[in-house]
Amino acid sequence: MPISLRVNGRPHTVDVDPQTPLLYVLSDDLALRGPKFGCGLGQCGACTVIARGRAIRSCVTPVSAVEGADLVTLEGLGTIESPHPLQRAFIEHQAAQCGFCLNGVILTAKAFLDQNPKATDAQIRQAMSGVLCRCFTNVRMLDAIKQYREKTA
Amino acid sequence: MTAKRRSTQSPLSTQRRFGSAAFASTAFKDGTRQTRREFLKGAGGALVVCFSASALEPFAFAQGRGGAGQRSSVDARLLDSWIGIAADGSVTAHTGKCELGQGIQTAQAQLIAEELSVAVDRVKLVMCDTAICPDQGTTSGSQSHPANFNHANLALACATAREALIDLAATRLAVPRDAIVVERGVASVRGDRNKSVTYGELVGGRSFSLPVNANATRKQPREWTVLGKPMPRVDLPAMATAQLEYVHNVRVPGMVHGAVVRPPEVGAALEGVDEASVRNLPGFIKVVVRKNFVGVVAEKPWQAIRAAAALKATWSAGSGLPRQADFYDYLRTQPSRDTLVVDSQDVDETASRAATIVKATYRHPYQMHGSMGSSCGVADVQADRITVWSSTQSAYPTRSGVATLLGVPVERVRVVFTRGSGCYGINGADTVAYDAALLSHGVGRPVRVQLSRKDEMAWENYGFAYVIDQQVALDASGTIIAWHHESWAPSLGGRPGYDTPGNVVTGMLAGFEPAPFAPRSPAPAPAGRFNNGANAAPSYVTGCVAGVCGGTGTVKSERVLTHTIRSPFFTGPLRSPSRLQNTFAHESFIDEIAARLKADPVAYRLRHLHDPRLIEVVKAAAKAAAWESRPSPRPSPGAVAHGRGIACVLYEGDNGYCALVAEVDVDRASGGIAVKRLVASQDCGPISSPDGMKNQIEGGALQGMSRALGEAVTWDDKKVTSVDWRTYHSLTLGADLPAIESVLINQPDGEAMGAGETTITLVAAAIGNAVFDATGARLREVPFTPERVKAALENV
Repeated sequence: MPISLRVNGRPHTVDVDPQTPLLYVLSDDLALRGPKFGCGLGQCGACTVIARGRAIRSCVTPVSAVEGADLVTLEGLGTIESPHPLQRAFIEHQAAQCGFCLNGVILTAKAFLDQNPKATDAQIRQAMSGVLCRCFTNVRMLDAIKQYREKTA
Repeated sequence: MTAKRRSTQSPLSTQRRFGSAAFASTAFKDGTRQTRREFLKGAGGALVVCFSASALEPFAFAQGRGGAGQRSSVDARLLDSWIGIAADGSVTAHTGKCELGQGIQTAQAQLIAEELSVAVDRVKLVMCDTAICPDQGTTSGSQSHPANFNHANLALACATAREALIDLAATRLAVPRDAIVVERGVASVRGDRNKSVTYGELVGGRSFSLPVNANATRKQPREWTVLGKPMPRVDLPAMATAQLEYVHNVRVPGMVHGAVVRPPEVGAALEGVDEASVRNLPGFIKVVVRKNFVGVVAEKPWQAIRAAAALKATWSAGSGLPRQADFYDYLRTQPSRDTLVVDSQDVDETASRAATIVKATYRHPYQMHGSMGSSCGVADVQADRITVWSSTQSAYPTRSGVATLLGVPVERVRVVFTRGSGCYGINGADTVAYDAALLSHGVGRPVRVQLSRKDEMAWENYGFAYVIDQQVALDASGTIIAWHHESWAPSLGGRPGYDTPGNVVTGMLAGFEPAPFAPRSPAPAPAGRFNNGANAAPSYVTGCVAGVCGGTGTVKSERVLTHTIRSPFFTGPLRSPSRLQNTFAHESFIDEIAARLKADPVAYRLRHLHDPRLIEVVKAAAKAAAWESRPSPRPSPGAVAHGRGIACVLYEGDNGYCALVAEVDVDRASGGIAVKRLVASQDCGPISSPDGMKNQIEGGALQGMSRALGEAVTWDDKKVTSVDWRTYHSLTLGADLPAIESVLINQPDGEAMGAGETTITLVAAAIGNAVFDATGARLREVPFTPERVKAALENV
């Protein structure tokens, strides 16, 4: 059944089972590299996308639930040539190892700080408590997130 | 689990080969093909291929550790196998060591830029494509840097190329070669920069047609302008903007999707599959069965996952599992393969005249690699050629494994390394590559498979569980005069290597056996050289085998006996395999001895060490942490106790010196440990990439903290029960973080050593020692859960 989506400002129509998790539509049908399958259970954050301004777990969200919503994936923030300030902060802080988690880390932090621009360090950690980085690049990632907070507050 | 891979020589080939006919081309995912020849041509200009076999004869192939048996068709003795320079002066390098997240892509780019005198951004690195890169075995064991940075392999190829370019420039500019200076890809005459020629003009697009020269002169560290400087990761901008291609993103024309169905219990055998149960599901293509391997292929990923969940398969009962509550005792009762790492044969006699005997037992659970992304592989199995895209650490062995699995000649298989989720030893990348190959073979189309979280976690090759008995004899002055270490650890399978696909779950399900387990008891006497590759021997013994002493300590009466038991679960190298578990026991135990003697833990360690570099890292960490010299414990009153602990190691006996000071708060009521500060000092020889090294120290420190505080594989009587992030307890990005400080000790004239696994080796011991300092409670079993901490507090 055709479903209309708006992803990174562009309209798409996909013909899929409406119960299909959004993740598979984004990563397979739309061939986006940002959202990733980490656990399929909403436990790690790798699949995060921003929908209606909030970070959601696309691996447990049926595609039909976001029909018509504005969706933003990591590629929708910025480019290599012109990264979003939060992406730039991650690059400046060299805040990655394998990078597989970056999608969830950056989008979760962005959605949270957009809503809570004056969040304390403890509040940021609380917001990030459902996101994993198994390379444990935590220190640099939190430094990058705080830099973004300082620059945008 | 202790053996270090050494290189083997292969016969010289007499002519340059581009691989077998089936493999003379590079497969691109858009279906186009490119030969290596065209590939170099594509970089500009004509290619001349010629050299004589005799040119190779004087050259002894030098292979760094972690190298391999050269089963690749790419001849590592030839310069052109490593380095190509295009007409525009850009450099394409081929390496058999791949980026796993550890930053080796950037460090290798620095090495190439430095040794060739070109700008880093002119270097393109092709990693671990078995058709066009030299076989350097597995990227593992913190050996990538030593393998390619010490005087061999990639480093030597670059130095050879630079010297050849200088020769060509001298001829072109009609000056003696020592009048030539090279900088940023331009060779010019010293004192007359107007007389110059670019690398592109000298060789652009043509081959060097030279052997790698074992006598090529490397740049001295004092000449370095690129190496040794902090270098931003070359791949990070693409990662941060979702442009980097992971294996999970690989798309091949005609590709369909697979999902696997693993047995419900360990040891269960397939009795039947009812394909009719899924035949009418949307997108369904086929059920593929091979002995106990079952998978489903469908048009789309979600369809494959739904079909795998719906498939009616019947299985026999499993083989049952030993009770987890008694597992450490169980290990002591099983048939074992016994090894004496060192035995001075006088330990019992020395102990008989001791003033004091101290004993303790330490326990460490199975732990997971637990990759963030479950593993993914893509395979395109065609009649005449097979291509596998995989994030395996072992592209070349995986090539052989796929060939064995499918019963085809290895020349027909090509593995294209593609970035994956961090793996820390061996995640499911190897096994899922086999899954994809079996499914693609079954349907005759390219198949992508990504494991479910549960299938990743329930069947991966876990880090070894250990139970370790320690015993020392002390003289009247408190000096250690004898040390006995005895360990029991279960092992099954491991890295598949070139010919053992049964070492991971898919290979075993498909009918291949894991590497055989052969009990052997008693252990034969140690022979050859002292090998402390698993850090089974503590830093404080002399490590004397056959009269040659390779240890870092002073205790002469020494016996290190290990028992390997057949594991009920697959095991494999998990970041600091065995080294971490053994070091947890050694470094906790030396602390217990020092406490017994009311000696300062740093001073007591130094009293039994003789290796100056190990002594230096211990002193450096203590100094940076403002270590107060005093005995432990010094229990602080109040609800929250504060303490500090130290640990040190020479990783693998020769691969990186490290010391770590931990400072902790212990909540007496909850048993919770808050790590407040970690100070690491590290000496791994000449520092190539200081920020990359720091990143490894920081990540290793926190991964070690997660493993020390929470991580353990759990199981019931039939199956593994830690199968997601609720049941396997990893620290998240919400965790309270310690301050992490790194002291980097540069040894410009030394050999490069590993930096990726040193810090993590020490974390559990340093934290446990700090908890003891704070409270007097000794933690002898990892992970240090609040329940265990409270139980230990009650025993004080």
